[in-house]
Amino acid sequence: MKAEILIKQERCKGCNICVSFCPKKVLKLDTLGKVQVIDGEACIACGQCELRCPDYAIYVDKKVNA
Amino acid sequence: MRSYDKYFRENRLPHMWCPGCGNGIVMKAIVQAIEAKNLDQDKTVIVSGIGCSSRASGYMNFDTLHTAHGRAIPFATGIKLANPELNVIVITGDGDCTAIGGNHFIHGARRNVDLTVILFNNNIYGMTGGQASPLTPLGKKATTAPYGSVDRPFDPCHLAEAAGATYVARSTAYHVKHLSDMIFQGMGNKGFSFIEAITQCPIAYGRKNKLGDAPEMLKWMSETAVMKAAYDKLPEEKREGKFPIGVFYNSEFTEYTTAYQKVIDLAGGAR
Repeated sequence: MKAEILIKQERCKGCNICVSFCPKKVLKLDTLGKVQVIDGEACIACGQCELRCPDYAIYVDKKVNA
Repeated sequence: MRSYDKYFRENRLPHMWCPGCGNGIVMKAIVQAIEAKNLDQDKTVIVSGIGCSSRASGYMNFDTLHTAHGRAIPFATGIKLANPELNVIVITGDGDCTAIGGNHFIHGARRNVDLTVILFNNNIYGMTGGQASPLTPLGKKATTAPYGSVDRPFDPCHLAEAAGATYVARSTAYHVKHLSDMIFQGMGNKGFSFIEAITQCPIAYGRKNKLGDAPEMLKWMSETAVMKAAYDKLPEEKREGKFPIGVFYNSEFTEYTTAYQKVIDLAGGAR
């Protein structure tokens, strides 16, 4: 995994912005409408999800010593 | 988690905006600009009016003032005049700034008070139930315009420039970094700075006009917004349906508190 993804579930409102803008299909909404990681290995840490998350619910950091 | 988190009142989060609302994105762009500008948290005042956008002041960890509808700019002018050292940032919405506070807006710009005004333009009165605002585009539906709006909308950037603002810019919620940069430059301008931030309202505006969900509306912004330099070169027929973003106007003029200090000196000083 190249990146560390932190999700603050209690802030997520399930607007789907992060899921739509993810170029690698890493994220998906779960049955409760909260975002979850389904393919963490594919993440390239581009940060598109964090950039446009209106609820500050997702943070992505590049792993330094991966 | 992030260095700009200290500018949020984190115990107030999550905010009350609807799922997919772009206001959160714009609020983040503002705090990132504040961080880049390295403004002192105790010397920065956030003033807002009434509306969805204006709730932002409640989530920002500064001295904040949530004022009467449309009256954010007069309150901010008072703060700036009483203590010119403060950095005063005004957060307002399309209805708040151009309808209820339209007069205050043009006169704030006319006086060239050193304020940074950020207009969250979501094209609708979201909080009160989706009524048409002066920035609802022609033909778009709202609860008060079920057959499409027949009122011609303002171009707030043209309005600000004509009224005398010395810095006028526009950006969108899709172009987060660009938006943050526009706000950053606006804070550096000594005088009335106006930044229009186009943001999406998927609930009251998007749903009524079948514009899709929040990601669809963001993609619409990425497709229709054109950088000003490129827009100026486009032939007239290709401009249809597009709008420019970037800095539209930047000039210099005596700032209001400076001009007022001269009056105070002439009159014998404030006692």
